[in-house]
Amino acid sequence: MAKPRPLAVIPLGDSAAYVEFSSTLDLEVNSVVQRLALVILKRQVPWVRDVVPALGGLALHFDPDHAQFPAKPLDEALALVTDSMKQALAAKDNPGSEVELPVCYEPEFALDLNEVAKKAGLSPEEVASRHAAGEYRVLMMGFAPGHAYMGGLDAKLTVPRRTSPRAIVPAGSVAIANEQTVVYPYAISGGWNVIGRTPMVLFDAARARPSLLWPGDRVRFRTISRAEFLALQKNP
Amino acid sequence: MSVRVLRPGLLTTVQDHGRHGFQRVGLCPGGAMDPVALALANALVGNPPDEAALEITVIGPELLFEVDTLVAVCGAEFQGSFPHNRPVLAPAGTRFNVGRAVRGARAYIAVAGGFAVDAVLGSRSTYLPGQFGGYEGRALKHGDVLPLRDDHAARRFDSLKKTKDGSVRWSAPPLTLPDREPILVHVIEGQHFASFDSNSQRAFFDTVWRVAPDSNRMGFRLSGPPLGRPQADEILSGPTCLGSVQVPPSGVPIALMADHQTTGGYPRIAEVASADVARLAQLAPGGKVHFARCSLEIAGELRRDARARLEAALRGIAWEYQNRK
Repeated sequence: MAKPRPLAVIPLGDSAAYVEFSSTLDLEVNSVVQRLALVILKRQVPWVRDVVPALGGLALHFDPDHAQFPAKPLDEALALVTDSMKQALAAKDNPGSEVELPVCYEPEFALDLNEVAKKAGLSPEEVASRHAAGEYRVLMMGFAPGHAYMGGLDAKLTVPRRTSPRAIVPAGSVAIANEQTVVYPYAISGGWNVIGRTPMVLFDAARARPSLLWPGDRVRFRTISRAEFLALQKNP
Repeated sequence: MSVRVLRPGLLTTVQDHGRHGFQRVGLCPGGAMDPVALALANALVGNPPDEAALEITVIGPELLFEVDTLVAVCGAEFQGSFPHNRPVLAPAGTRFNVGRAVRGARAYIAVAGGFAVDAVLGSRSTYLPGQFGGYEGRALKHGDVLPLRDDHAARRFDSLKKTKDGSVRWSAPPLTLPDREPILVHVIEGQHFASFDSNSQRAFFDTVWRVAPDSNRMGFRLSGPPLGRPQADEILSGPTCLGSVQVPPSGVPIALMADHQTTGGYPRIAEVASADVARLAQLAPGGKVHFARCSLEIAGELRRDARARLEAALRGIAWEYQNRK
């Protein structure tokens, strides 16, 4: 496969830019984007406030009032990406951490498990075990703080989003749609199919590392019982 | 000593200039919807520009100052007997009764020395969706007591030259308030602009949009003729920014404001020039706006001009504090 490279630098207003690598989701490209984001972050460019790796590229958010903010930020953004590519491509594997999330797939928490099983032509138990057997990677974070879009879902579990989103999905809900899985960090509205719940707190602003998941992290789910869920909820 | 909330108003929150560096885990910077007015309010009471103040929205609060407090109100004009855009000494026991906004939507009430609320992830801003930051992560309620960080900061007022009635004779310019509506807001074409059909492109610029009632700190929904769907295939979710104008399937554009989501899967027709975001934030529900296309270069010029106007105003205020004895 050809080496991933920036296809376009697209302005995100006058204070940010999106460097596009692919207009479709490609896990290889995403892996390079993740490494690239970390290389750029480590360079601590004073006029770059945020580096956001996304499914098909990365966003650089600028501090346009910074004394060193360049006259042509898009050119500089592309130069920054190009200069960092070699290091990003040289980096081995994925740079993220390994995270294990305990998940209870029991009916009380798995609001859509039966429906997913029906659509997938599997038993509910098989859906849960296939989901828990997967190795996932955080491809992008967004929608809510701590909310990670994870790739690596078993192809057999590919189901569309619910036709009508839930007004409130309970916090910690583990859900799937299309080829990805997510964990809802808060009780918020959402349309993904809920198949379990984790007792872990995905985002806590009071923690030094507020988010449990970070872009590029490798994630595994560990099946737990309802009793373990309740115990972990008490003493994480 | 402290400021007591006798009536909270419609939406009163503690806000500063926001928390940066967490967009990659899905947390937006947040902070004041009108950071220009916040900076002015802070300068008027001798604070650094990014100190936290109260952001008040459309219907103001009633506050009781339990100690002599140096206060300034900047941004939207609200009904009430207190002067805007200048430092005011509120002696202990003063009740500040703020009515409805008569021009603009949001104002900032800054107190000398700032409020004693803890910073969370580097900012005192209230992030309502996540329920953290500011005062207990929420909007103020009746009976809340906000402690001041410095009970003696009101003495700063002594150094200012005053008229016989004890007030200052100058005021800060209301840099972000609309003179008339619709306001003109500059936008840069968004990533998916070209995939909207020409009717939708034209309608976006020809329409006088109204800020819909269900708008909030996350986004302004814009009422007008629904825009058509872009011709492109399904769009890969990607990053958004403050001022992104998304068009969901309903065709009703949404301008992303301070507490916006950091990524989105809807096509983005435009992004508001950063110089104009604070002015847009001053529109109340029902407020009218139309959009003018500009280049990145022009957006940069607008931003530098706006910055220069703010800095000139801040310098003028600082000069009053330093040179008048």
